[in-house]
Amino acid sequence: MIFNIEYETMPREALESIQLRRLQATLSRVYAAVPFYRKQLDDAGVKPGDVRCLSDLSRLPFTTKQDLRDNYPFNMFAVPMDNVVRIHASSGTTGQPTVVGYTARDIDTWAELMARALSAGGATRGDIIHNAYGYGLFTGGLGVHYGAEKLGASVIPVSGGNTRRQVIIMKDFGPSILTATPSYSLHLAEAAEEMGVSFRDLNFRFGVFGAEPWSESMRREIEEKLHLKAVDIYGLSEVIGPGVSIECHEAQKGLHIFEDHFIPEIIDPETGQPLPWGETGELVITSITKEAFPVIRYRTRDITSLNPEPCICGRTMARMNKVSGRTDDMLIIRGVNVFPSQIESVLMEIKGVEPHYQLEVDRKDNLDILTVRVEISDAAFSDEVKELQRLSETIGNNIKETLGVSASVKLAEPKTIARSEGKAARVIDRRKL
Amino acid sequence: MQAQQISIFLENKAGRLSEVTRILSDAGVNIRALSLADTSDFGVLRLIVDDNEKAENTLKQGGFTVKTTPVVAALVNDRPGGLHGILDLLTRNGINVEYMYAFVQQSGDNAVMIFRFDKLDEAARILSENGVEIIDGDRLYAM
Ligand SMILES: [Zn+2]
Repeated sequence: MIFNIEYETMPREALESIQLRRLQATLSRVYAAVPFYRKQLDDAGVKPGDVRCLSDLSRLPFTTKQDLRDNYPFNMFAVPMDNVVRIHASSGTTGQPTVVGYTARDIDTWAELMARALSAGGATRGDIIHNAYGYGLFTGGLGVHYGAEKLGASVIPVSGGNTRRQVIIMKDFGPSILTATPSYSLHLAEAAEEMGVSFRDLNFRFGVFGAEPWSESMRREIEEKLHLKAVDIYGLSEVIGPGVSIECHEAQKGLHIFEDHFIPEIIDPETGQPLPWGETGELVITSITKEAFPVIRYRTRDITSLNPEPCICGRTMARMNKVSGRTDDMLIIRGVNVFPSQIESVLMEIKGVEPHYQLEVDRKDNLDILTVRVEISDAAFSDEVKELQRLSETIGNNIKETLGVSASVKLAEPKTIARSEGKAARVIDRRKL
Repeated sequence: MQAQQISIFLENKAGRLSEVTRILSDAGVNIRALSLADTSDFGVLRLIVDDNEKAENTLKQGGFTVKTTPVVAALVNDRPGGLHGILDLLTRNGINVEYMYAFVQQSGDNAVMIFRFDKLDEAARILSENGVEIIDGDRLYAM
């Protein structure tokens, strides 16, 4: 079901004229209200009025994560604190966290976008949504929550953690939609199995998974283990939270970006030059309706490409392909760009191997050494050493073939690779550069 | 004619083997035979125990990858050439021995050997047809 037929199926020409008008208004506001943006534009010699068509966007400077950190906590806000009704912050795993604010209208916009997203993912008013995204400073939990309420569905605000209790709730309340990080959904599947609960007997129809990159093969695994149709949702707190783009369950092929609120661009991460439709590069987003925390040409560091082709679901909004990695997750190993998601795809192509893996990078005698630790599942285990050695050789050869980089493969006992309840730690880089 | 063996995946790090034996001893499972095949990175521990089901369940709960594997237990004459005769017989019949190990037994003139073959049923048949005594699971676990 399409939540907002008028906007989500708007012809591109009409959409672009709305985008331009909203972009111009946003630029005038940030120029007047945010010293950072005023300086950025002044330094680039551009006035808000110089932007007369959408392609003028590329004349504006980028905004980076570091810029947001430098303006910690509230200096990027474009409205007085009186008008801010909500504050979220991203986890500061490296350095300063970034703080974002919302006006009442921003919260309403976000709820609308999340209602659209949940609808595209298969949810309707009649559904019960088991929301296992964390509630708190992280935008995932509350983002889904407000969207679910806007849609008119029933939401169970279960949040992350306490996995056994979640399994009991799933069994007793019969939710039909699961929202969680993909790695946590597999964690739920494991816990259910240990408790003797089969997803086959549960009520789930659809799952909306995001907040971390995941591969097509992981989708197959989730769909098989959880007995639901899995769609990808994308967003980041700096832009609004979840609900920037969503895969429709009809096509499951690319995520529709809500272009009436965000203008996407793809750039070459090295040169900063915009790339044409279809080419792979870094996603850059400009928000054009946000009040408290607008972002101009924000570099997401997510690697993807854009596809403007019409979709079978009827939405006209352009689609971004599944994020295939992050510019900062990208490992450069002996000069080769390696994304953890590529390793994951290789593993999932091998029968019986599960995507529980960790990459370790060391440097010995000026040479990068990549070690891939893979947990051995019951299905892949053999009592014969030579079979296991063959398996680890196959993994190594397939990695070499697909990525062009040699890896030493270490088989690991199950559940020895740290699984957080939220995001999985995939990379340990011990190189001292 | 088969017996069941418990196979367990072990990473090569200190304390894993004793963790297995601890879990089994806590569960009251008796280990009758044990063989460890290891490489520089990992090992496969093979056990003959007196209660397969209990061993498998408790080890799985303990977080190990476990599998039961059919094996053949044969009585081998405990004198020079006893084992050779059996291996020779199998080779002549095109049967590969994947691995084998000895079963701990206190007394008697015969040793019990545990064999893992590529063609298990055929191997067992050839052995019995040639007068080698095969010990079935129930008898083996109680030995
Ligand atoms: Zn679609």
